[in-house]
Amino acid sequence: MNKVVANAEEAIKDIESGATLMLGGFGLCGIPENCITAIVKKGINNLTCISNNAGVDDFGIGLMLQTKQVKKMISSYVGENAEFERQLLSGELEVELIPQGTLATRCMASGYGMPAVYLLAGVGTEVANGKETRNFNGKDYLMEYAFDADFAIVKAWKGDTMGNLIFKDTARNFNPLMAMAGKITIAEVEELVQPGDLDPNFIHTPGVYVHRIFQGVNYEKRIEQRTTRKPQA
Amino acid sequence: MPLNKEQIAKRIAQELEDGFYVNLGIGIPTLVANYIPKGVNVVLQSENGLLGMGPFPFEGEEDADMINAGKQTITTLPGSALFDSAMSFGMIRAGKVDLTVLGAMEVADNGDIANWKIPGKMVKGMGGAMDLVAAAKNIIVAMQHTDKAGNSKLLPQCSLPITGLKCVKKVVSDLGVFDVTPNGFVCIEYAPGVTIEEIKAKTAGMLTIADDVKEMVF
Repeated sequence: MNKVVANAEEAIKDIESGATLMLGGFGLCGIPENCITAIVKKGINNLTCISNNAGVDDFGIGLMLQTKQVKKMISSYVGENAEFERQLLSGELEVELIPQGTLATRCMASGYGMPAVYLLAGVGTEVANGKETRNFNGKDYLMEYAFDADFAIVKAWKGDTMGNLIFKDTARNFNPLMAMAGKITIAEVEELVQPGDLDPNFIHTPGVYVHRIFQGVNYEKRIEQRTTRKPQA
Repeated sequence: MPLNKEQIAKRIAQELEDGFYVNLGIGIPTLVANYIPKGVNVVLQSENGLLGMGPFPFEGEEDADMINAGKQTITTLPGSALFDSAMSFGMIRAGKVDLTVLGAMEVADNGDIANWKIPGKMVKGMGGAMDLVAAAKNIIVAMQHTDKAGNSKLLPQCSLPITGLKCVKKVVSDLGVFDVTPNGFVCIEYAPGVTIEEIKAKTAGMLTIADDVKEMVF
């Protein structure tokens, strides 16, 4: 049960133009940097990307926007990216905005084998347009479908060769949810270890969900808002 | 004098009760964390996946993997817990988080809120706002009472695209504190130096003044 591939290029080699991809991360925190670089290099296009954010101009999914590889973004917040804005206003890029919790839960539903879930978020708003509603205990809920993604691409802190994953701090965010949801799930990790090196009690994503894993390199881990406090005198 | 942002935050902090789990939105709500009353222990939730949000790190100790929902570098505290984004919104939806404080562009006198989209301007997205307002148990809005042109932002109905329906329980503006009730806004406190006449003039939504209305005390 060895799921190790050599690197990002090999991990993404069968992703073709037109594919639907999930990409983990919140802002620039916990994004699959190596795979994004490899996708840019491969030059595939017409991609549909499901990711909470769209990166910044020169990092994260922003890099795939610079090279015009993205046809559609499905996100909850896309405010940090001028190229994104330009493509959206010119009609080159399609965007579907989804409440953040709904985005996460639609990933979770997919990984749990549930075709749809009922959620309160967006009731009475334009998000509800065209959606089936159902009343439970006097409250209306929207029916939201599980996502259907060709590939889920996630970034973990540690992983073993069987694909078991552990995430670090708030870099967990959407990663374990998307890891469960891909038809093919690719995990890049900061530290690739042998089976037995990770305590089974502390696995976040069981390897059954992961198809390919590799040791990532040269993580930049850019900080969007560097906030600090002064040492107390 | 109308309140400044720090004072709005300070007044909202008085709503915190010992043992509360609290989600603070971006902007004025974030400042509430600076004024938590002594003896009141609360746990701050950051919806990207953390309970027990601590202060900003010391210079040199910033960690790209440890951020809040505003993407600022933060720290954990003893007793913090980390989780994924589905669980984060799950605990809000399930009513486990006691209080949510967020900003708004408009609030209607029935508790509707608009805070995510201005037609004709670049739409950045709702982030977690729709999830929070739809499901949170108790929502307090921190906002300016009027826009820059002096138009009321406490309205009979929202003119901007809605974020959530009938969800706001209380508004703390630069002019006062307002409960949202079946009879519209009820002014329960006014900012020091602000007159009831000014509040009435600047509130377009249905407004009553509580019999025991009083000047805000910090």
